Amino acid sequence: MDVRPPVASPTPKVPVPEWEEFKDLQDWVKYRQERIDGDRVSETFASLADRLEQFPGGWLMVTSTDKLFNWARKSSIWPVTFGLACCAIEMMATFASRFDVERFGMVPWASPRHADLMIVSGTVTIKMAPMLKRIYEQMPDPKWCLSMGSCANSGGPFRHGYHVVKGVDRVVPVDVYVPGCPPTPESLMFGILKLQEKVAEFQKRGKRAAPAPPAG
Amino acid sequence: MHLDETLTRIRERFGVEPTGEDPKRPLDPRHLVVTVPVDRWVEFAGFAKEALGCRYFCHLTAVDWKAEGLDVVARLENLRDGLGLTVKTRIPREAACPSLTGPYRGADWMERECYDLFGIRFDGHPDLRRLLLPEDWEGHPLRKDYAVDTSHAPYR
Repeated sequence: MDVRPPVASPTPKVPVPEWEEFKDLQDWVKYRQERIDGDRVSETFASLADRLEQFPGGWLMVTSTDKLFNWARKSSIWPVTFGLACCAIEMMATFASRFDVERFGMVPWASPRHADLMIVSGTVTIKMAPMLKRIYEQMPDPKWCLSMGSCANSGGPFRHGYHVVKGVDRVVPVDVYVPGCPPTPESLMFGILKLQEKVAEFQKRGKRAAPAPPAG
Repeated sequence: MHLDETLTRIRERFGVEPTGEDPKRPLDPRHLVVTVPVDRWVEFAGFAKEALGCRYFCHLTAVDWKAEGLDVVARLENLRDGLGLTVKTRIPREAACPSLTGPYRGADWMERECYDLFGIRFDGHPDLRRLLLPEDWEGHPLRKDYAVDTSHAPYR
């Protein structure tokens, strides 16, 4: 047996990377905290709607435009293409031609800037949670979040692991929870229909649910 | 290289008896287990690479035996001759282990992962940082004394 001796070479020194991306995230969070007065345009519209309602018969106009907008919102919910784990396979099956969610006006869109819905499909790890929150906050209002599967609902089978967020509602507010491990495409479509019912009742005013505080 | 010759060379150089993984079965050259003291850990890896032809560093992991310390386990293979060595060493709980990055460059990330999850410091490692967990993580989760259900801010 002949074994060639290894060529003597100095061990290359791996440079330590600088986390530009995370620094960027920190700046962005700081910017968000500085801008506490919120979106001024929507404030103007809200006060306009308030004044309209005070007119005799003005509520008719407000409610009927609300209905029109809500109908438009619920029949074109665009989910952001965002798959985390094995539930994403079922989500892709739902998006594909057999279970065709395009009937509901849903177009899976690869940019959070144009999306209305985030389907959290899969296990959210503690390392992934800041990125998930970042994608959620990049989506324009009004936005909805659907938690798909046991892992996203509560941590699921990995709840007692060291690395899993025990429910995505600790990170972002959730509108519809779909149980299952993983949920079938039919379950997900039922959840989407439930979300459509919720969107039909959507009103511009009122605060959204805040994320649940971390336990313990 | 025959099995007997391999066993003889290990015995002569290190004075330890290679065993099989299952005592009920005959000794299989693909599943030899060698336990060496920690001060001959790097020497054995170099010996396995040069003399026994184990050019393939398969994996490195650890076992937590609580008060008895930690076992560092490495798997070295000679793919051409069908020889596989599972090398073990026992270190005390808070002690460091010498790094295998000298003989095997591929041990770099394995040892970083082992440091990440077991908290074993590898002396002589060129760049010992966390590999899988976030850099601000506290503790080493695969240790038996790690409290798994401890809740931490913000998302845990």
